[in-house]
Amino acid sequence: MTEAQARKLKVSVYRYNPDKDNKPYMQSYDVDTQLVNGQMLLDVLHVIRVDDPTLGFRQSCREGVCGSDGMNINGKNGLACVTKIVDLPNKITIRPLPGLPVVRDLIVDMSQFYRQYEKAEPYLQNDQPAPAKERLQSPEERAKLDGLYECILCACCSTSCPSFWWNPDKFLGPAALLQAERFLIDSRDNATEERLTALDDAYKVFRCRSIMNCVDVCPKGLNPTKAIAAIREKLIQEGT
Amino acid sequence: MVKVVTSLGSTGLADWIVQRFTAILIALYVIFMVVYFFIHPNPTYSEWSTLFSNNWMRTCTFVVFLSIIMHAWVGLWIVSTDYLKHLAVRLIVQMAIIFTLLGCLVWSIEILWGL
Ligand code: SF4
Ligand code: SF4
Ligand code: FES
Repeated sequence: MTEAQARKLKVSVYRYNPDKDNKPYMQSYDVDTQLVNGQMLLDVLHVIRVDDPTLGFRQSCREGVCGSDGMNINGKNGLACVTKIVDLPNKITIRPLPGLPVVRDLIVDMSQFYRQYEKAEPYLQNDQPAPAKERLQSPEERAKLDGLYECILCACCSTSCPSFWWNPDKFLGPAALLQAERFLIDSRDNATEERLTALDDAYKVFRCRSIMNCVDVCPKGLNPTKAIAAIREKLIQEGT
Repeated sequence: MVKVVTSLGSTGLADWIVQRFTAILIALYVIFMVVYFFIHPNPTYSEWSTLFSNNWMRTCTFVVFLSIIMHAWVGLWIVSTDYLKHLAVRLIVQMAIIFTLLGCLVWSIEILWGL
Protein backbone atom coordinates (compact mmCIF):
# COMPACT_ATOMS: atom_id res chain seq x y z
CA MET A 1 0.00 0.00 0.00
CA THR A 2 1.49 3.32 -1.03
CA GLU A 3 1.79 6.41 1.14
CA ALA A 4 -0.98 8.23 -0.75
CA GLN A 5 -3.49 5.50 -0.02
CA ALA A 6 -2.76 5.30 3.71
CA ARG A 7 -5.97 5.72 5.65
CA LYS A 8 -6.91 5.75 9.30
CA LEU A 9 -9.86 3.47 9.78
CA LYS A 10 -12.23 3.54 12.71
CA VAL A 11 -13.62 0.06 13.02
CA SER A 12 -16.47 -0.52 15.41
CA VAL A 13 -16.99 -4.20 16.14
CA TYR A 14 -19.82 -6.03 17.88
CA ARG A 15 -18.48 -7.84 20.92
CA TYR A 16 -20.22 -10.42 23.00
CA ASN A 17 -18.85 -13.23 25.08
CA PRO A 18 -21.80 -14.94 26.77
CA ASP A 19 -19.52 -16.34 29.48
CA LYS A 20 -18.37 -12.88 30.56
CA ASP A 21 -20.65 -10.15 29.20
CA ASN A 22 -24.16 -9.42 30.39
CA LYS A 23 -24.99 -7.93 27.05
CA PRO A 24 -23.36 -7.17 23.72
CA TYR A 25 -21.44 -3.93 23.21
CA MET A 26 -19.61 -2.20 20.38
CA GLN A 27 -15.83 -1.88 20.61
CA SER A 28 -13.90 0.63 18.57
CA TYR A 29 -10.48 0.00 17.02
CA ASP A 30 -8.22 2.39 15.13
CA VAL A 31 -6.47 0.78 12.22
CA ASP A 32 -3.78 2.33 10.05
CA THR A 33 -4.15 0.79 6.60
CA GLN A 34 -0.35 0.88 6.21
CA LEU A 35 -0.20 -1.94 8.72
CA VAL A 36 -2.73 -4.01 6.81
CA ASN A 37 -1.20 -6.79 4.79
CA GLY A 38 -3.79 -7.14 2.02
CA GLN A 39 -6.69 -5.34 0.41
CA MET A 40 -9.69 -6.90 2.08
CA LEU A 41 -11.68 -6.22 5.22
CA LEU A 42 -10.65 -9.64 6.53
CA ASP A 43 -7.05 -8.39 6.56
CA VAL A 44 -8.18 -5.48 8.74
CA LEU A 45 -9.72 -7.91 11.19
CA HIS A 46 -6.41 -9.77 11.37
CA VAL A 47 -4.59 -6.56 12.26
CA ILE A 48 -7.16 -5.96 15.01
CA ARG A 49 -6.74 -9.47 16.32
CA VAL A 50 -2.96 -9.02 16.63
CA ASP A 51 -3.67 -6.35 19.27
CA ASP A 52 -6.75 -7.97 20.69
CA PRO A 53 -6.59 -11.76 20.47
CA THR A 54 -9.98 -12.06 22.20
CA LEU A 55 -11.85 -10.98 19.04
CA GLY A 56 -13.74 -13.95 17.59
CA PHE A 57 -14.55 -14.41 13.89
CA ARG A 58 -14.56 -17.29 11.44
CA GLN A 59 -12.51 -17.55 8.29
CA SER A 60 -10.90 -20.23 6.25
CA CYS A 61 -10.29 -19.88 2.51
CA ARG A 62 -9.93 -16.07 2.51
CA GLU A 63 -11.02 -15.97 -1.13
CA GLY A 64 -14.81 -16.20 -1.18
CA VAL A 65 -15.04 -19.96 -1.54
CA CYS A 66 -15.75 -21.46 1.87
CA GLY A 67 -18.48 -19.13 3.10
CA SER A 68 -17.20 -18.86 6.69
CA ASP A 69 -16.78 -15.13 7.12
CA GLY A 70 -20.24 -13.78 6.38
CA MET A 71 -20.87 -10.71 8.53
CA ASN A 72 -22.84 -7.50 8.54
CA ILE A 73 -20.59 -4.74 7.19
CA ASN A 74 -21.92 -1.19 7.50
CA GLY A 75 -25.44 -2.59 7.54
CA LYS A 76 -25.04 -4.96 4.61
CA ASN A 77 -24.22 -8.65 4.76
CA GLY A 78 -21.11 -9.77 2.93
CA LEU A 79 -17.93 -11.80 3.11
CA ALA A 80 -15.07 -9.96 4.80
CA CYS A 81 -12.52 -11.72 2.58
CA VAL A 82 -13.92 -10.32 -0.66
CA THR A 83 -14.96 -6.90 0.65
CA LYS A 84 -12.34 -4.42 -0.56
CA ILE A 85 -11.08 -1.81 1.90
CA VAL A 86 -11.04 0.82 -0.87
CA ASP A 87 -14.79 0.37 -1.28
CA LEU A 88 -15.46 1.11 2.39
CA PRO A 89 -15.59 4.47 4.15
CA ASN A 90 -13.14 5.22 6.98
CA LYS A 91 -15.78 4.45 9.55
CA ILE A 92 -16.67 0.77 9.44
CA THR A 93 -19.22 -0.98 11.62
CA ILE A 94 -19.12 -4.75 11.76
CA ARG A 95 -21.79 -6.91 13.34
CA PRO A 96 -22.55 -10.61 13.20
CA LEU A 97 -25.06 -11.87 10.61
CA PRO A 98 -28.50 -10.70 11.82
CA GLY A 99 -31.16 -13.07 13.06
CA LEU A 100 -28.98 -15.96 14.20
CA PRO A 101 -27.90 -16.59 17.80
CA VAL A 102 -24.45 -15.22 18.58
CA VAL A 103 -21.92 -17.74 19.83
CA ARG A 104 -19.24 -15.11 20.35
CA ASP A 105 -18.50 -11.74 18.76
CA LEU A 106 -18.89 -12.21 15.00
CA ILE A 107 -19.45 -15.95 15.23
CA VAL A 108 -23.07 -17.03 14.88
CA ASP A 109 -24.77 -20.36 15.41
CA MET A 110 -25.70 -21.58 11.92
CA SER A 111 -27.73 -24.63 13.05
CA GLN A 112 -31.09 -23.21 12.07
CA PHE A 113 -29.75 -22.18 8.67
CA TYR A 114 -28.44 -25.72 8.08
CA ARG A 115 -31.67 -27.30 9.29
CA GLN A 116 -33.55 -25.39 6.58
CA TYR A 117 -30.93 -26.45 4.05
CA GLU A 118 -31.49 -30.05 5.08
CA LYS A 119 -35.24 -29.67 4.46
CA ALA A 120 -34.47 -28.88 0.82
CA GLU A 121 -33.03 -32.44 0.54
CA PRO A 122 -29.94 -31.22 -1.28
CA TYR A 123 -28.92 -34.46 -2.92
CA LEU A 124 -29.92 -36.33 -6.09
CA GLN A 125 -32.86 -38.68 -5.74
CA ASN A 126 -33.54 -41.18 -8.47
CA ASP A 127 -35.37 -44.48 -8.10
CA GLN A 128 -34.52 -45.74 -11.61
CA PRO A 129 -31.87 -48.47 -11.76
CA ALA A 130 -28.45 -46.86 -11.96
CA PRO A 131 -26.73 -47.12 -15.36
CA ALA A 132 -23.46 -49.04 -15.60
CA LYS A 133 -21.29 -45.95 -15.46
CA GLU A 134 -23.05 -42.73 -14.61
CA ARG A 135 -26.24 -40.77 -15.25
CA LEU A 136 -25.48 -38.60 -18.22
CA GLN A 137 -26.68 -35.08 -18.74
CA SER A 138 -26.73 -33.09 -21.97
CA PRO A 139 -24.82 -29.79 -22.00
CA GLU A 140 -28.20 -28.00 -22.17
CA GLU A 141 -29.48 -29.85 -19.11
CA ARG A 142 -26.26 -29.12 -17.29
CA ALA A 143 -26.54 -25.42 -18.19
CA LYS A 144 -29.77 -25.21 -16.23
CA LEU A 145 -27.80 -25.64 -13.01
CA ASP A 146 -25.76 -22.51 -13.65
CA GLY A 147 -26.58 -19.78 -11.17
CA LEU A 148 -27.75 -22.38 -8.65
CA TYR A 149 -24.90 -24.76 -7.91
CA GLU A 150 -22.36 -22.02 -7.09
CA CYS A 151 -23.83 -21.25 -3.67
CA ILE A 152 -21.27 -21.48 -0.86
CA LEU A 153 -23.83 -21.47 1.98
CA CYS A 154 -22.44 -18.32 3.55
CA ALA A 155 -25.93 -17.40 4.84
CA CYS A 156 -25.56 -13.74 3.82
CA CYS A 157 -28.84 -13.98 1.92
CA SER A 158 -31.04 -15.80 4.43
CA THR A 159 -29.88 -13.59 7.31
CA SER A 160 -30.74 -10.45 5.33
CA CYS A 161 -34.25 -11.72 4.62
CA PRO A 162 -37.02 -10.38 6.91
CA SER A 163 -39.17 -13.42 6.19
CA PHE A 164 -36.34 -15.61 7.47
CA TRP A 165 -35.89 -13.43 10.57
CA TRP A 166 -39.54 -13.82 11.53
CA ASN A 167 -39.94 -17.52 10.72
CA PRO A 168 -36.47 -19.11 10.54
CA ASP A 169 -37.95 -22.49 11.46
CA LYS A 170 -40.81 -22.51 8.94
CA PHE A 171 -39.70 -20.43 5.95
CA LEU A 172 -36.81 -22.17 4.21
CA GLY A 173 -35.01 -18.95 3.35
CA PRO A 174 -33.35 -17.96 0.06
CA ALA A 175 -30.25 -20.17 0.40
CA ALA A 176 -32.22 -23.39 0.96
CA LEU A 177 -34.76 -22.47 -1.71
CA LEU A 178 -31.97 -21.86 -4.22
CA GLN A 179 -30.85 -25.43 -3.50
CA ALA A 180 -34.40 -26.74 -3.72
CA GLU A 181 -34.61 -25.33 -7.24
CA ARG A 182 -31.17 -26.68 -8.08
CA PHE A 183 -32.45 -30.23 -7.49
CA LEU A 184 -35.91 -29.64 -8.93
CA ILE A 185 -34.48 -28.82 -12.35
CA ASP A 186 -31.69 -31.38 -12.34
CA SER A 187 -32.48 -33.84 -15.17
CA ARG A 188 -30.93 -36.67 -13.14
CA ASP A 189 -33.35 -36.21 -10.24
CA ASN A 190 -36.80 -37.75 -10.54
CA ALA A 191 -38.27 -36.93 -7.14
CA THR A 192 -39.66 -33.66 -8.50
CA GLU A 193 -43.24 -34.37 -7.52
CA GLU A 194 -42.41 -35.39 -3.94
CA ARG A 195 -40.16 -32.36 -3.61
CA LEU A 196 -42.92 -30.02 -4.78
CA THR A 197 -45.49 -31.58 -2.45
CA ALA A 198 -43.13 -31.13 0.46
CA LEU A 199 -42.60 -27.47 -0.43
CA ASP A 200 -46.27 -26.53 -0.71
CA ASP A 201 -47.29 -25.19 2.66
CA ALA A 202 -48.05 -21.71 3.90
CA TYR A 203 -44.46 -20.99 4.89
CA LYS A 204 -41.65 -22.91 3.22
CA VAL A 205 -41.76 -21.06 -0.13
CA PHE A 206 -44.65 -18.64 0.09
CA ARG A 207 -43.23 -16.47 2.87
CA CYS A 208 -40.96 -14.97 0.26
CA ARG A 209 -42.29 -11.50 -0.43
CA SER A 210 -39.84 -10.78 -3.24
CA ILE A 211 -38.07 -8.02 -1.35
CA MET A 212 -34.84 -9.16 -3.04
CA ASN A 213 -32.53 -8.42 -0.11
CA CYS A 214 -31.05 -11.84 -0.87
CA VAL A 215 -30.13 -10.86 -4.42
CA ASP A 216 -28.70 -7.58 -3.18
CA VAL A 217 -26.19 -9.22 -0.82
CA CYS A 218 -25.18 -12.53 -2.41
CA PRO A 219 -21.38 -12.38 -2.73
CA LYS A 220 -21.51 -14.94 -5.53
CA GLY A 221 -23.95 -12.83 -7.56
CA LEU A 222 -26.68 -15.46 -7.41
CA ASN A 223 -30.39 -14.73 -7.66
CA PRO A 224 -32.47 -16.65 -5.08
CA THR A 225 -35.57 -14.58 -5.87
CA LYS A 226 -35.55 -15.88 -9.42
CA ALA A 227 -35.16 -19.45 -8.16
CA ILE A 228 -38.07 -18.94 -5.77
CA ALA A 229 -40.24 -17.61 -8.58
CA ALA A 230 -39.36 -20.71 -10.61
CA ILE A 231 -40.40 -22.98 -7.73
CA ARG A 232 -43.65 -21.06 -7.36
CA GLU A 233 -44.33 -21.50 -11.06
CA LYS A 234 -43.77 -25.25 -10.79
CA LEU A 235 -46.13 -25.39 -7.81
CA ILE A 236 -48.80 -23.55 -9.79
CA GLN A 237 -48.44 -25.91 -12.72
CA GLU A 238 -48.53 -28.88 -10.40
CA GLY A 239 -51.54 -27.60 -8.47
CA THR A 240 -53.76 -26.52 -11.35
CA MET B 1 -45.69 -29.81 6.10
CA VAL B 2 -47.08 -27.07 8.28
CA LYS B 3 -50.86 -27.26 8.25
CA VAL B 4 -52.43 -24.15 9.64
CA VAL B 5 -56.04 -24.02 10.69
CA THR B 6 -56.38 -20.27 10.56
CA SER B 7 -55.02 -19.89 7.04
CA LEU B 8 -57.62 -19.48 4.33
CA GLY B 9 -56.45 -22.03 1.79
CA SER B 10 -55.03 -25.34 2.88
CA THR B 11 -51.67 -24.60 1.31
CA GLY B 12 -49.44 -21.65 0.61
CA LEU B 13 -50.19 -22.06 -3.07
CA ALA B 14 -53.94 -21.72 -2.53
CA ASP B 15 -53.44 -18.54 -0.50
CA TRP B 16 -51.08 -17.18 -3.09
CA ILE B 17 -53.52 -17.82 -5.93
CA VAL B 18 -56.43 -16.36 -3.94
CA GLN B 19 -54.43 -13.21 -3.37
CA ARG B 20 -53.45 -12.74 -7.03
CA PHE B 21 -56.90 -13.62 -8.36
CA THR B 22 -58.77 -11.30 -5.99
CA ALA B 23 -56.26 -8.55 -6.77
CA ILE B 24 -57.21 -8.80 -10.45
CA LEU B 25 -60.94 -8.59 -9.68
CA ILE B 26 -60.41 -5.59 -7.42
CA ALA B 27 -58.28 -3.87 -10.06
CA LEU B 28 -60.94 -4.44 -12.75
CA TYR B 29 -63.60 -2.99 -10.49
CA VAL B 30 -61.47 0.05 -9.72
CA ILE B 31 -60.93 0.61 -13.45
CA PHE B 32 -64.67 0.36 -14.05
CA MET B 33 -65.34 2.88 -11.30
CA VAL B 34 -62.73 5.30 -12.59
CA VAL B 35 -64.30 5.11 -16.05
CA TYR B 36 -67.75 5.59 -14.54
CA PHE B 37 -66.66 8.72 -12.68
CA PHE B 38 -65.01 9.95 -15.84
CA ILE B 39 -68.33 9.73 -17.65
CA HIS B 40 -70.36 11.00 -14.70
CA PRO B 41 -68.01 13.39 -12.87
CA ASN B 42 -70.76 14.42 -10.45
CA PRO B 43 -73.30 11.62 -10.31
CA THR B 44 -76.70 12.65 -9.04
CA TYR B 45 -78.54 10.51 -6.55
CA SER B 46 -80.75 9.03 -9.26
CA GLU B 47 -77.80 8.21 -11.53
CA TRP B 48 -76.05 6.53 -8.61
CA SER B 49 -79.09 4.53 -7.54
CA THR B 50 -79.84 3.53 -11.14
CA LEU B 51 -76.33 2.14 -11.36
CA PHE B 52 -76.76 0.09 -8.22
CA SER B 53 -80.33 -0.99 -8.93
CA ASN B 54 -78.92 -3.16 -11.69
CA ASN B 55 -78.57 -6.67 -10.27
CA TRP B 56 -75.39 -7.27 -12.27
CA MET B 57 -73.82 -4.25 -10.65
CA ARG B 58 -74.90 -5.45 -7.22
CA THR B 59 -73.56 -8.92 -7.79
CA CYS B 60 -70.25 -7.68 -9.18
CA THR B 61 -69.87 -5.24 -6.31
CA PHE B 62 -70.58 -8.01 -3.86
CA VAL B 63 -68.03 -10.29 -5.50
CA VAL B 64 -65.48 -7.49 -5.26
CA PHE B 65 -66.35 -6.97 -1.59
CA LEU B 66 -65.82 -10.67 -1.05
CA SER B 67 -62.50 -10.43 -2.91
CA ILE B 68 -61.36 -7.54 -0.74
CA ILE B 69 -62.21 -9.50 2.36
CA MET B 70 -60.40 -12.65 1.24
CA HIS B 71 -57.46 -10.59 0.04
CA ALA B 72 -57.30 -8.74 3.34
CA TRP B 73 -57.55 -11.93 5.33
CA VAL B 74 -54.67 -13.66 3.54
CA GLY B 75 -52.53 -10.54 3.90
CA LEU B 76 -53.36 -9.90 7.53
CA TRP B 77 -52.95 -13.57 8.39
CA ILE B 78 -49.41 -13.43 6.98
CA VAL B 79 -48.60 -10.22 8.84
CA SER B 80 -50.02 -11.55 12.11
CA THR B 81 -48.06 -14.81 11.90
CA ASP B 82 -44.91 -12.82 11.17
CA TYR B 83 -45.15 -10.35 14.01
CA LEU B 84 -47.39 -11.80 16.72
CA LYS B 85 -45.39 -14.57 18.28
CA HIS B 86 -47.52 -15.02 21.38
CA LEU B 87 -50.15 -17.61 20.51
CA ALA B 88 -53.02 -16.18 22.58
CA VAL B 89 -52.39 -12.62 21.38
CA ARG B 90 -52.21 -13.81 17.80
CA LEU B 91 -55.46 -15.77 18.04
CA ILE B 92 -57.32 -12.86 19.65
CA VAL B 93 -56.11 -10.46 16.96
CA GLN B 94 -56.95 -12.95 14.22
CA MET B 95 -60.45 -13.47 15.61
CA ALA B 96 -60.95 -9.70 15.79
CA ILE B 97 -59.88 -9.40 12.17
CA ILE B 98 -62.23 -12.21 11.09
CA PHE B 99 -65.19 -10.68 12.90
CA THR B 100 -64.50 -7.24 11.49
CA LEU B 101 -64.19 -8.59 7.95
CA LEU B 102 -67.30 -10.75 8.22
CA GLY B 103 -69.15 -7.79 9.70
CA CYS B 104 -68.16 -5.71 6.68
CA LEU B 105 -69.39 -8.47 4.39
CA VAL B 106 -72.82 -8.62 6.02
CA TRP B 107 -72.98 -4.85 6.02
CA SER B 108 -72.16 -4.78 2.29
CA ILE B 109 -75.12 -7.10 1.60
CA GLU B 110 -77.36 -4.82 3.59
CA ILE B 111 -76.14 -1.75 1.70
CA LEU B 112 -76.35 -3.34 -1.74
CA TRP B 113 -79.72 -4.99 -1.39
CA GLY B 114 -81.09 -2.59 1.19
CA LEU B 115 -82.43 -5.38 3.39
S1 SF4 C 1 -36.77 -12.13 -2.17
FE1 SF4 C 1 -37.72 -13.57 -0.79
S2 SF4 C 1 -36.07 -14.82 -0.01
FE2 SF4 C 1 -35.13 -13.01 -0.94
S3 SF4 C 1 -34.88 -11.58 0.77
FE3 SF4 C 1 -36.85 -11.19 -0.16
S4 SF4 C 1 -38.35 -12.36 0.98
FE4 SF4 C 1 -36.32 -13.16 1.42
S1 SF4 D 1 -27.15 -17.79 -2.28
FE1 SF4 D 1 -25.37 -16.43 -2.16
S2 SF4 D 1 -25.66 -15.33 -0.22
FE2 SF4 D 1 -26.99 -17.10 -0.16
S3 SF4 D 1 -25.82 -18.64 0.93
FE3 SF4 D 1 -25.50 -18.94 -1.28
S4 SF4 D 1 -23.67 -17.80 -1.77
FE4 SF4 D 1 -24.35 -17.09 0.24
S1 FES E 1 -12.89 -16.89 4.30
FE1 FES E 1 -13.82 -18.33 2.97
S2 FES E 1 -15.42 -17.14 2.10
FE2 FES E 1 -14.35 -15.68 3.24
